Amino acid sequence: MAEPISRDDVAHVARLARLDLTEDELERFTGQLGAVLEHAADIAALDIADVPPTAHPLPLKNVLREDTPVPSLDRDEVLAQAPAAEDRRFKVPRILGEAP
Amino acid sequence: MTTAVATDWEMVIGLEVHCELSTTTKLFCGCRNAFGDEPNTNVCPVCLGLPGSLPVINERAVEYAMRIGEGLHCTVEPSIFHRKNYFYPDMPKDYQVSQYDMPINARGWLELPDGTRIGITRAHMEEDTGKTSHVGGGGRIHEAGYALVDYNRAGVPLVEIVSDPDIRSAEQARAYVSELRAILAAIDVSDVKMEEGSLRVDSNVSVRRTGSTEFGTRCEIKNLNSLRSLVHAIEYEARRQIDLLESGDRVVQETRHWNEDDGRTHSMRSKEEAFDYRYFPEPDLVPLAPSDDWLAQVRSSIPVLPAERRAALAAAAGASSTADVAVVIERGLDALVEAAIAAGADPDRVVTHAVHNLAVEGAANLDPDRLADLVKMETDGKLTATQAKKVLADMLEKGGDPASIAADLGFEAMDQDVLASVVDQLIADNPVEFDRLKGGDQKVMGFFVGQAMKATQGKADGKVVTALLRERASS
Amino acid sequence: MTDTIASTAAAVRAGERSAREVVDERLAAIEDGDGALNAFNYVMAERARATADTVDRRVAAGDDPGPLAGVAVALKDNMCTRGVPTTCSSRILENWRPPYDATVVTRLAEAGAVVVGKTNLDEFAMGSSTENSAFGPTRNPHDPSRVPGGSSGGSAASVAAGFVPAAFGSDTGGSIRQPAALCGVVGVKPTYGRVSRYGLVAFASSLDQIGPFAATVEDAALLFEVVAGHDPMDSTSVPEPAPSVVAGLGEGVEGLRVGLTQEFVEGADPDVTARVEEAARALEKAGAVVSDASVPAAVYGLSAYYLIAPAEASSNLARYDGVRYGLRVDGDDITAMYTATRAAGFGPEVKRRIMLGTYALSAGYYDAYYGQAQRVRTLIIRDFEAAYANHDLLLGATSPTTAFELGAKTENPLTMYLSDVFTIPSNLAGHPAISIPYGTGDDGLPVGVQLLAPALAEPLMFRAAAALERSLA
Repeated sequence: MAEPISRDDVAHVARLARLDLTEDELERFTGQLGAVLEHAADIAALDIADVPPTAHPLPLKNVLREDTPVPSLDRDEVLAQAPAAEDRRFKVPRILGEAP
Repeated sequence: MTTAVATDWEMVIGLEVHCELSTTTKLFCGCRNAFGDEPNTNVCPVCLGLPGSLPVINERAVEYAMRIGEGLHCTVEPSIFHRKNYFYPDMPKDYQVSQYDMPINARGWLELPDGTRIGITRAHMEEDTGKTSHVGGGGRIHEAGYALVDYNRAGVPLVEIVSDPDIRSAEQARAYVSELRAILAAIDVSDVKMEEGSLRVDSNVSVRRTGSTEFGTRCEIKNLNSLRSLVHAIEYEARRQIDLLESGDRVVQETRHWNEDDGRTHSMRSKEEAFDYRYFPEPDLVPLAPSDDWLAQVRSSIPVLPAERRAALAAAAGASSTADVAVVIERGLDALVEAAIAAGADPDRVVTHAVHNLAVEGAANLDPDRLADLVKMETDGKLTATQAKKVLADMLEKGGDPASIAADLGFEAMDQDVLASVVDQLIADNPVEFDRLKGGDQKVMGFFVGQAMKATQGKADGKVVTALLRERASS
Repeated sequence: MTDTIASTAAAVRAGERSAREVVDERLAAIEDGDGALNAFNYVMAERARATADTVDRRVAAGDDPGPLAGVAVALKDNMCTRGVPTTCSSRILENWRPPYDATVVTRLAEAGAVVVGKTNLDEFAMGSSTENSAFGPTRNPHDPSRVPGGSSGGSAASVAAGFVPAAFGSDTGGSIRQPAALCGVVGVKPTYGRVSRYGLVAFASSLDQIGPFAATVEDAALLFEVVAGHDPMDSTSVPEPAPSVVAGLGEGVEGLRVGLTQEFVEGADPDVTARVEEAARALEKAGAVVSDASVPAAVYGLSAYYLIAPAEASSNLARYDGVRYGLRVDGDDITAMYTATRAAGFGPEVKRRIMLGTYALSAGYYDAYYGQAQRVRTLIIRDFEAAYANHDLLLGATSPTTAFELGAKTENPLTMYLSDVFTIPSNLAGHPAISIPYGTGDDGLPVGVQLLAPALAEPLMFRAAAALERSLA
């Protein structure tokens, strides 16, 4: 029976999710994720293309707030939690590649 | 035997313009939406994406987005937000809350000054990211040692305006952005300053053989910080793609970065890094469905837009060129011009003054009746064009009415007979030159006009002198 | 066991007991007993004493300190408490102290409650046994070789062990109700949107709800009233104030139509099923009309849930990237830093769900997985609606089994996922549900039965739960 998810798929998805996996984990997760997806085959088989999806259990709309300022956080408190900070900003390792 | 036909290329351009809205607070929280504040001082759990934080939509941002939709003749529709998932340090949540397949505004257009309509696919709402500065390596991304992130801008409301791929030249792209900027400024939703980043332009460029209806592979060009860059980048990129295709290569679909210094676009993406944004509806927000009342109220709040002003001015001004009309609108002088024309002034003269002599701050405050009086003095022959220009300059600087100013300056148009006798005297004094004029030498006309000016201390109307000379020369 | 919330608050408000005395007692109990159970990640002794002193000062000044005056409360460690570690039992947030309080925390403070500590959970609320905690599992007070359930195992255990009379957890697929059942206490999942999620570290945004644990239905109702109600900081918050549920607790179930739901019993151990049937008879004896009910699409709930929840979680957990707070493992460039940080910071279950969720949302698979699951969600809602056309409330088991042994279900994740088969459908539908202790299994361990109600029907739900509770007396 065809695997619901391949090792390559898992490796690709790990990259998308910025997770570094060991070879061991890759192997194990492929099996485990496969088992879950196989279980989910019961709903994959349902013929419900014309059933509208539910994104929200609540029928709310138009929840808005006024354009009025509210005090911001104290910068020191914010930067105190930062793993690295410099010159009033969060410091991160170099970024290769531009933002989309 | 068929004739060889030169195959030409056509460029196909679509523009994505991000417009920062000038709301007081951010899109999803009450932090101030301000440019230039101390780093990380306008942040809170929501715009920092702290664990447990939740977004709540700013009503004014929705209103401004609807105004943009109305201003661009879009249909304003019920919409939802989606999450666009990707990792980047200027993204506090590592997803951006944006709109995907149900945007608030869709299917509109705008009209360029020359009358061309460019389609607008959509104008949707989304949140802005923080700002990253690359440190070390001359500030270039590739050589940087590390980066610093400021989240003041994270969460600022944006509307992304996507044009249909209707643009066919770099100049047309420039005209599109200028017109869009004028519209956005008119409806007062943004500061629209490219240099401050409240208006950002990315360009999708592809090429195809003229006459083809298929689309070529396109590249997205980023880092266009001015209209000049936009024009140069598009021209460069189109040429780059044409060269590739003509040499048998293909264009790779990718994002490219415009480098102002070397005048080229550069590939930014490594090939394997395809962005799968995994869009899904934002579960922390509920749908937007603006009421008919709200929509009607927004619609009625839209002021007269540049295209309408151009149309009104063109109607009032008659035969004036579209370029002149565009300049007048750009300078905000249309109300003045229309009023002066309504007061009886010659439309062409008024427009000419507006285009050539009123490029100063405060010109729009000129009294239209006085402008009309000035123009009438001209058309009545009481002032030459040169004199009128000087009087106008004085009017702008010190105020006052044209008749008094002209009198003070000692301007009066020369009596026609007096001028005729001056001309006759010149002819008598310069028989060689007059013979050349009679022989068809037009250049010597300038000599006579100059002499006439000298003889009359500048009071002669050059046009009248020329006409008299021509008359004499042909008799 | 401790005094009830109602009696404690009454005594403190009346000045008969000092909040400080109450809280000192609770802190001592925790200190004595939690070593063996590991229900708490963090005990806020100093702050709790200071808060208690404030309550006492208010009483002395003649002010009403609120309906939870002096009541010691434990909070699941995925609720933001300003300046106090909020770890989600994960290494990635091990030392994180939020700069803000969750709305629930603010409301509890306004009601005079005293938060004494943060309780253990399955990491990021992903699990059904609290064995996925990075700080070691919590043990079931009834039998320390067994799990307390999850993911809110610490909160359930803290009440079951008598450390505190009140605790809060979060329920995404059963994470309040199932541990409540396994620990023999009352656990409530409110209607989606009833209780603000502002300050609750998100797992699955369209499913998460905060809810109370207590020893009695009345105590749980009191807690619910204090925290429920519209919050402008949460766009998905029901635009109504908290409903009154305490007042009607004694109204009984005369004439109420209760549906014993086959999908919420099928697959349960026989002793668990027996308790549910006894509960059905008890309700009948108290005047309810009990008949069979069915929510056919509920059988698809597990599959839908294990696509929707991980999908939302994969996005909600992207922010843990080492940039702004929490763990950072350095890297040569930002991507290396991201991947090393997240690899070191997340446990295996969290990683599994992130990957599953990422996959379910990825290009080419969205429609077949996430999209399909959201359609199944609609089916479940429709089937609930049909059932509620003929019944006021539904009845079933909470957990298919009593508390299982530590390590018994950790081999195969799927086995663990099956623990939530009776609780998941309520989360998918956004409906409220409550688990109340109802006897024991053959092994002497607690069994919980579940009452389910339509959206916003908490008053009815609490009322029936109270009646059921009375039937045990």
